[in-house]
Amino acid sequence: MIESLNNFLTILNDYWKPLLFWDGTAFSGLAVTLWVLVLSLALGLVLAIPMSVGRVSNNRWIAWPIWFFSYVFRGTPLYVQILLIYSGVIGLQVVRDTPLLHTFFMSGYNCLVLALMLNTLAYTTEIFAGYIKNSAHGELDAARAFGMSRYKMYTRVILPSALRRALPAYSNEVILMLHATSLAFTATVPDILKVARDANAATYLTFAAYGTAAVLYMCVSFVLVALFRRLEKRTLGFLGHSQH
Amino acid sequence: MFLHGYGAQILHGTWETIKLALLSLLVAFVLGLIGASAKLFGNRLLRGMAQVYTTLIRGVPDLVLMLLIFFSIQMGLNEITDMLGMEVIEIEPFYAGVLTIGFIYGAYFAETFRGAFLAVPRGQLEAGRAYGMRSSQVFRRVLFPQMMRFALPGIGNNWQVVLKATALVSIIGLTDLVQVTQGAGRATSSMFLFICVAGLIYLVLTSVSNIVLWLLERKYSVGVREAQL
Repeated sequence: MIESLNNFLTILNDYWKPLLFWDGTAFSGLAVTLWVLVLSLALGLVLAIPMSVGRVSNNRWIAWPIWFFSYVFRGTPLYVQILLIYSGVIGLQVVRDTPLLHTFFMSGYNCLVLALMLNTLAYTTEIFAGYIKNSAHGELDAARAFGMSRYKMYTRVILPSALRRALPAYSNEVILMLHATSLAFTATVPDILKVARDANAATYLTFAAYGTAAVLYMCVSFVLVALFRRLEKRTLGFLGHSQH
Repeated sequence: MFLHGYGAQILHGTWETIKLALLSLLVAFVLGLIGASAKLFGNRLLRGMAQVYTTLIRGVPDLVLMLLIFFSIQMGLNEITDMLGMEVIEIEPFYAGVLTIGFIYGAYFAETFRGAFLAVPRGQLEAGRAYGMRSSQVFRRVLFPQMMRFALPGIGNNWQVVLKATALVSIIGLTDLVQVTQGAGRATSSMFLFICVAGLIYLVLTSVSNIVLWLLERKYSVGVREAQL
């Protein structure tokens, strides 16, 4: 017991800095994990809103390709998607011959964020589309009665309500994405787990090294859950759940 | 030549992935049932243990847990056998992987089952009691069969997640579909092609499970009237 506590202290003492933000030459650890997480979530969220509107469109030339995209990305493991983008694309002749693409796909960060973004885009699109489909009939009738155009209906009635109701499901997706960022080291991005792996390789204190990473991830998870709880209280007040 | 002659190897990798996913599912299923029962019917100690199990596991990425548990299983076992003065028992990596994934997703299953147990109307359990059934009989004859109906969509979801999570075992050094295709891609320097093949196989597996789940859900919801909108 004392010994394993000592191991944890050794890891913390030697690796607290790279685990949190700096490995001596570049950003690493928690800072990188959060940066990758925020970037891919933000890009995915912005794209998911128009995609989800297209997903429920009556025009099948719009709806089906989006369905197909999200089906493929939800039906395959994220690890395979990262491998494809990071190790696969770079070998293609087209990419080798185009300097711009070549530089883009040479960077582990770019590939990782692209893969994470596409993955969360697929799931988020489905979440939002589900809530858009579940919009209250009366609200849409009222909007129509006011003579709103389709565009106005979406921006003033459907989306504000659907995105709020989607918040609990979306917060789940955010936690899953945090967990997904732990694949970063497979694209040589120095996130929390990469530092823990280095610590393990250097000290052989397997349990302490990975245990420290686990605790760090858990803290971030709990902070995110608490933040979303507060946000939900504010934005979902109109549903009247707060009385329960 | 078809897939540069790696067809048989990829098929073998696929089979390993399926075996790993199914066995892990079994472990997770059993742990989930135990966890949910402990949370709902256990005494204070059991409830607390189950709560710690589900909260800790679900707060940490599955890959981190895999590295943590997979490498610790053998070390922990070595310490125990050392203490008892026994010979070293080597766990086969495959089964260590099964236990690891099962242990992780057991926490997710516990939450699914807990929700499903709570969805069974109380009146049915009281009716069972009123017929003079023992607790175990109420569980076996009333609660469990009804609970399964509510749990099925969640089980389906978790199964898809477990299946996709098995892709990570190549990182801890097990042979699976990803490892085989990655090796083939490296050897023939056509990574893109082989990773696409792996993705396609996963897509087929998830599609097939979708169909099976749809059939199961139809079977288990016999006699349930859906709300007509």
